[in-house]
Amino acid sequence: MSTDIERQWTSRIRHSVVDKLPPDKLLPDTQPAYVASWIYVFGVTTMAALGVIILTGIILALDGPQWWHSSTLGHFVNSMHLWSVEIFFFAMVVHLWGKFSMAAWRGGRSLTWVTGAVTFMASILAGFTGYVSQTNFDSQWIATQAKDGINSTGGGAFFNVLNLGQMLMLHIVLLPIAAVALTGIHVVMVRMKGVVPPFEDATTEVSA
Amino acid sequence: MTKKPFRPDVDAPVYKGPYVPYDIIKEGAIAVLVVFILTAALALVFSSPDEKAVTIKTWSNADAVDFAQTAGDELAGTSAVANYGAPYNNNGTSQHWGFLSPEKWIGVRIQINTTNDFVIDPLSAQPAQPALSAALSQWKSASSATQTAWDDAFNKAEPNLTYSNGKVNIPTKAAGPIPVLLNYETQMARSGALDQALVTQAGFYTTNFTKPLLFVSDGTYFAGLAEKQHLSGSQWGMMNETGQYPGQAWLWLYTFWYQIHPYSTSASADFLVWGTMMILTALMVLVPFIPGLRSIPRKIKIYRIIWREHYAAKL
Ligand code: HEM
Repeated sequence: MSTDIERQWTSRIRHSVVDKLPPDKLLPDTQPAYVASWIYVFGVTTMAALGVIILTGIILALDGPQWWHSSTLGHFVNSMHLWSVEIFFFAMVVHLWGKFSMAAWRGGRSLTWVTGAVTFMASILAGFTGYVSQTNFDSQWIATQAKDGINSTGGGAFFNVLNLGQMLMLHIVLLPIAAVALTGIHVVMVRMKGVVPPFEDATTEVSA
Repeated sequence: MTKKPFRPDVDAPVYKGPYVPYDIIKEGAIAVLVVFILTAALALVFSSPDEKAVTIKTWSNADAVDFAQTAGDELAGTSAVANYGAPYNNNGTSQHWGFLSPEKWIGVRIQINTTNDFVIDPLSAQPAQPALSAALSQWKSASSATQTAWDDAFNKAEPNLTYSNGKVNIPTKAAGPIPVLLNYETQMARSGALDQALVTQAGFYTTNFTKPLLFVSDGTYFAGLAEKQHLSGSQWGMMNETGQYPGQAWLWLYTFWYQIHPYSTSASADFLVWGTMMILTALMVLVPFIPGLRSIPRKIKIYRIIWREHYAAKL
């Protein structure tokens, strides 16, 4: 009876998840003493900014893409959306260089780096599709300029920056989903491995 | 048990030091609060840019000559879009590097024929007026050799085109129906009807502005507005926004290449810049796997500053 239960798909998945990411690793209450630098704040700040981007984006979505041109409140929410994006990218770039300086891919963390870098790419696309979805002079100019670059790769045939419907859908549905999902994977990977230890001059012991 | 050698840029040492209390949920909550307040403050102080979009109506009313010249170029097939090549048409030379030319391989998928799409079709959809109908049927029934002769005559007279008393004047008698067509086209543009005609060609609902955007981008008026807002390509272009806003500053490396040789002078600049960026991006994504590159952080020693307390404690 008990062996049957142990062999269920359900229990097996639960075991493997709990083994890889037990609750005290997912939400730890202590950190190694070396995690004592302001640089560690930038990952969390990036996440926080992503939260504000999504919140303000949801408010902008409620009344449709034209609302913010005519409403003072709408314009303010749009300004918040813009500035949270600026903070997001600023924090992410500092985070990236910080992780580079620490070679934070060591000790089996290379996929953490790779998912981070892919999130960066997805975020750039999300930001770009937002800039061309503004329905104002900036979006007209940015779209007509950017088309040449994308067309030269052949991609313009499928990713038409002059097609507002396509850009807006990508910007408010597909790319946010990608950015949030990638961030989730990224952060779970960090929690699974713990924070990378400092370089040590004399070490021969390879950590698991 | 075989012991693998320790690779300092791939393996991490085992940490045997102390652990200290760390409240990550509290840290996260504070981060959200701080970012929210900072965002609201920046939004209050700096707001965000929102220049009205250019329409063909505003363009043709602000600069009727530029509009009529551009419309003439679309009709004659001499505009930038008319000679763009893929993905819009087959008239241009595709960007390439050696034999690599994905633009050409994928070909025309967003068909734009400037003569018909921007001039003839919108005019044909207008209520019939004798002079317009006559000019349209004269154009449509002419052989392509005749059309080319009219186009050439228009191109010669184009620099001296003027606009006065609601009329476009083209100083030539050899351009066939072109002067009449451009007069109606300009009227249509100034009334706002052309904006509508260009977007509604796909039916009632529309979310696609490819045609009017391409048309507007062929005029000098649009580029002039952008120039005033320091947005042109040689001014780090689309990375900026109108006004004094930071824009997409993270695209600096992408826009950077356009400023320097050989990119800045190449006819395939876009393709070369994209190729360069793709290679650099791949390098960034794959740093952990690239010997040499992955040793840089250990050699430049910035980590010594980041973990200075840790190293100080060990002494
Ligand atoms: C949406 C974007 C991103 C978010 C929200 C994010 C978030 C985080 C968070 C919360 C952490 C753990 C805390 C910390 O060390 O800061 C972390 C760690 C890490 N991030 Fe990111 N990150 C993002 C993008 C990136 C990028 C672009 C890279 C590099 C290409 C990257 C590489 C890493 C690495 C290697 C770690 C492991 C750190 C360690 O073990 O010490 N991340 N990230």
